[in-house]
Amino acid sequence: MIAAEWTKILTVRSTVWTLLSTVVISAGLAYLLALNFRNSFAGMSADRQAAFDPLFATFLPITLGQLPLVIFGALTVTSEYATGTMLASLAATPNRARFYAAKVLSTALMAAGVTVVTVPVMFVAAQAGLGPLRTSLGADGALEAMAGACLYLPLMCTFAMGVATLLRSTALTLGILLPLLFLGSQGLGNIPRVMTVTQYLPDQTAWVVMHLAGPQDEARWTRDYGAWTGMSLLLLWTLAALLAGYAILRRRDA
Amino acid sequence: MTTAAAITCRITPEGYVRQLSSVHTGDFRRLFLLAPVPSVERVIELRNLSKRYGPTVAVDGLSFTVKPGQVTGFLGPNGAGKSTTMRMMLDLIRPTGGQVLIDGARYREMPHPLRRVGALLEARSVHGGRSVYHHLKWLAQTNGIAKSRVRSVLEQVGLAEVAGRRAKALSLGMGQRLGIAAALLGDPPILLFDEPVNGLDPAGVLWIRNLMKALAAQGRTVFVASHLMSEMALTADHLIVVGRGRLLADTSMAGFIAESGSDSLEEAFLQLTAGAVEYQGRGDR
Repeated sequence: MIAAEWTKILTVRSTVWTLLSTVVISAGLAYLLALNFRNSFAGMSADRQAAFDPLFATFLPITLGQLPLVIFGALTVTSEYATGTMLASLAATPNRARFYAAKVLSTALMAAGVTVVTVPVMFVAAQAGLGPLRTSLGADGALEAMAGACLYLPLMCTFAMGVATLLRSTALTLGILLPLLFLGSQGLGNIPRVMTVTQYLPDQTAWVVMHLAGPQDEARWTRDYGAWTGMSLLLLWTLAALLAGYAILRRRDA
Repeated sequence: MTTAAAITCRITPEGYVRQLSSVHTGDFRRLFLLAPVPSVERVIELRNLSKRYGPTVAVDGLSFTVKPGQVTGFLGPNGAGKSTTMRMMLDLIRPTGGQVLIDGARYREMPHPLRRVGALLEARSVHGGRSVYHHLKWLAQTNGIAKSRVRSVLEQVGLAEVAGRRAKALSLGMGQRLGIAAALLGDPPILLFDEPVNGLDPAGVLWIRNLMKALAAQGRTVFVASHLMSEMALTADHLIVVGRGRLLADTSMAGFIAESGSDSLEEAFLQLTAGAVEYQGRGDR
């Protein structure tokens, strides 16, 4: 069952490209953004220099690098509806719980495989770009942030699958998810007051562990949850999306 | 499975040549080298099957059985509920009442349904960007079907040479052959075809007609939905006629024409379904 889903993923260009671009975008951006931080560091005020967090610079590209993986997760489901493959899939595996479990598991594992390549490559590329400002895996919180990123990407991909199963359409799914994720990366989660709500958006919940939410000891950045509580919130979001998707898949006619 | 594979291997060199030639001559008697799994007398059984969409009744208390060893034609005007019924047989659509039993079991309870039932649905169910070979490969993987079957069904339907081509680059006739290859993949004793000759050229029509007859002659159960009377008259041994979701007739081909006192299947069909068509032009009877 899982082998069949992997065959489906690897024999269509669109899904293969989204997987490759995850690595390329994350690593490429990591190097470029890090270079930019390094070059502008001298011009920063003393306060900002003191507050500079190399882990923020390292993990910032993940806000864009997640997009191909989110698209990948959505496409594995919506392309089946768009092409009619869903009829063949459900005729071959009429037990819908079994079909859904195999699909989610195979896609999540594929995303996890891409992630464990992407995150270390991104880390190394960012340190190369940061030069003298670089940090190392031994630094405070660096390993935690790596682990967080390795969980974050597959979870976001799986979350997108759940939403896609619920909505069944590529345009609708990406039309909702992409703006949401772009807004997040534009700092929506850091605006006071708005933040009391937006900090609970699925992508935002994992930002604390990846040092993307700002220094948590400063009152204006502090979130209502800690690093790993945030990650558990993302897990809850993902489970909720998967369950909502299953509720629709189980009941609706193909 | 092991015995079956061994037999195939032993007779392959000669059988291979015969298979290729039979694709072109339309002689399918030797195409399938393995005997199908014997079926019990009532293979497909519909019990009071119904489907409603809100106030619309698509299928209305349909009960009949389909037997092995013959081609059973499933006839009815457009909108009579043929496709809905076929999809309910495969559990793609959940009935609002009644049930379908295949060899006494529900489709969704079968561990490897593609080895019991092969289906060609009217709608395309192939990703255009995936190659012919890979489409069959993932299907085989879902049901634990040996990978060698993919090559052998591609040869059976005459698509071996375009196995690497993407599905969207196939002609209509080739696309239909791919659908049939998918149906035959698990070497199933039961085959369902929904409008198999739609849009095909005369050679394609002849090919499918001979294929269905050959499958039935091997003892398989062949169930074909169509609204093309002339084609069904040449292919089907038994008829099930529906109109507006209800059973209108369940009889042998010869009996159906004789009972109605008509000369042809077409005339008999039009008489029977006169009250059950959805739209009738002013110029019609």
